Amino acid sequence: MESTDKVTVRVGLPYHLRNLARVPGDAVVEVAPPVTLGSVLDALEARHPVLRGTIREYETGQRRAFLRYFACGEDWSLASPDRPLPEAVAAGSEPLLILGAIAGGD
Amino acid sequence: MSGVRVLVGTHKGAFILSADGKRKDWKVDGPFFAGWEVYHMKGSPADPNRIYVSQTSGWFGQLIQRSDDGGKSWHQPGLADEALPQPGPPKALPNRFVYDASAATGKPLTTHQWYDGTQHPWEFKRVWHVEPSLTDPDTVYAGVEDAALFRSTDGGENWQELSGLRGHGTGPEWQPGAGGMCLHTILLDPSNPQRIYIAISAAGAFRTDDGGANWKPINKGLVSNFMPNPTAEVGHCVHHVAMHRSRPRVLFMQKHWDVMRSDDAGDNWREVSGNLPTDFGFVIDVHAHEPETLYVVPIKSDGEHFPPGGKLRVYRSRTGGNEWEPLARGLPEKDCYVNVLRDAMAVDSLDQCGVYFGTTGGQVYASADAGDSWAPIVQNLPKVLSVEVQTLD
Repeated sequence: MESTDKVTVRVGLPYHLRNLARVPGDAVVEVAPPVTLGSVLDALEARHPVLRGTIREYETGQRRAFLRYFACGEDWSLASPDRPLPEAVAAGSEPLLILGAIAGGD
Repeated sequence: MSGVRVLVGTHKGAFILSADGKRKDWKVDGPFFAGWEVYHMKGSPADPNRIYVSQTSGWFGQLIQRSDDGGKSWHQPGLADEALPQPGPPKALPNRFVYDASAATGKPLTTHQWYDGTQHPWEFKRVWHVEPSLTDPDTVYAGVEDAALFRSTDGGENWQELSGLRGHGTGPEWQPGAGGMCLHTILLDPSNPQRIYIAISAAGAFRTDDGGANWKPINKGLVSNFMPNPTAEVGHCVHHVAMHRSRPRVLFMQKHWDVMRSDDAGDNWREVSGNLPTDFGFVIDVHAHEPETLYVVPIKSDGEHFPPGGKLRVYRSRTGGNEWEPLARGLPEKDCYVNVLRDAMAVDSLDQCGVYFGTTGGQVYASADAGDSWAPIVQNLPKVLSVEVQTLD
């Protein structure tokens, strides 16, 4: 039987979102298993409401175009939100990384 | 002692420039929201400590920020206490701008013209302009891209579209200008709370007389030669509209080309470009105490967005248009190739009217004598997107 105890997950945020959420390093959120991309982002937005709409679009929940998700060195940007994240992320030893695209400009 | 607070939105953050009534010695605070585009910030006429800000980013989208202490501290409306998120569904969604759908079909209300002439759905991009109510600090309007008007009545915590504007029927003829299809001007009539004027690039000017439920285009007299029908009801690239609060039926417009005037609340327009060296430009404003005194900054052309001859000059008309005089004292006389964007000029209401404008080169110039002479307040900010002024008692 799957545990329902919440686990602690770390989320690495881009610089501007760390400032917005006022977290000095990784954001830390409590997530009830299964630990999926969607459940972590839900928990992140619940813990830091100022981030709502900055990572996922308000209405569609779609990832914003210039952001990418990485976990354990793999690109999760196109993964289903229901797919369980790697065990190392669920165990808190590796963060889910949210990265801003290197998009040049000024 | 009275003073002024100049609110400057830039490409990389916001700045607040403060001075006493002499307007000679300035204090510069900022950057606030460093690294983000601040399209516009404006204080509530009903409560000068209340300031609304549009903070935006291509990566992270749109945020609304608010200060309740004159810019000393900021928060997203309804989300002030970051340390203690409330359980349950959020009550405040200050950054949520969702267009209304058709009540009859549930489908998008309308479409607009795309660059290739096909129809395109509305897609929210950012807030260009925030306009606080003249009487209620908690009521504020937002002009957005793609063009629409939103209103909040709870201090910016939640926003609802005034969709009668998009839904009145001309939407399919609106089209984006070079800067996008934006609603950039919102004028609230001090004498009639039901009357609002707005302007859109590139659709034109519109007016409601019932508080935002119903709208009509007010573009008769505008001539735009880039359009298949230069005198069409909509499609004009209006850059900015200004009025004097004592005469809200008299409007002044800087169009893509042409400076225009209406004496009947926008029902009819006539050109007042007169002897301007070029009638292309973006900003236009009105003296705080002289309703017939106007200011524009002529820009060479739609293809060359800088002052003619590299000389930065404000032009002033004391006759409500047609007769213009250059104001150059204190402004660059050579090698100046900046632009002054549509929301980047403002006036204060001190006895000797102050005039302010910001440039794409990062300078903010001030005149404490109604434009006779100018001096820079700051010279090396990021590209200035907007300038507003609060006159403080």
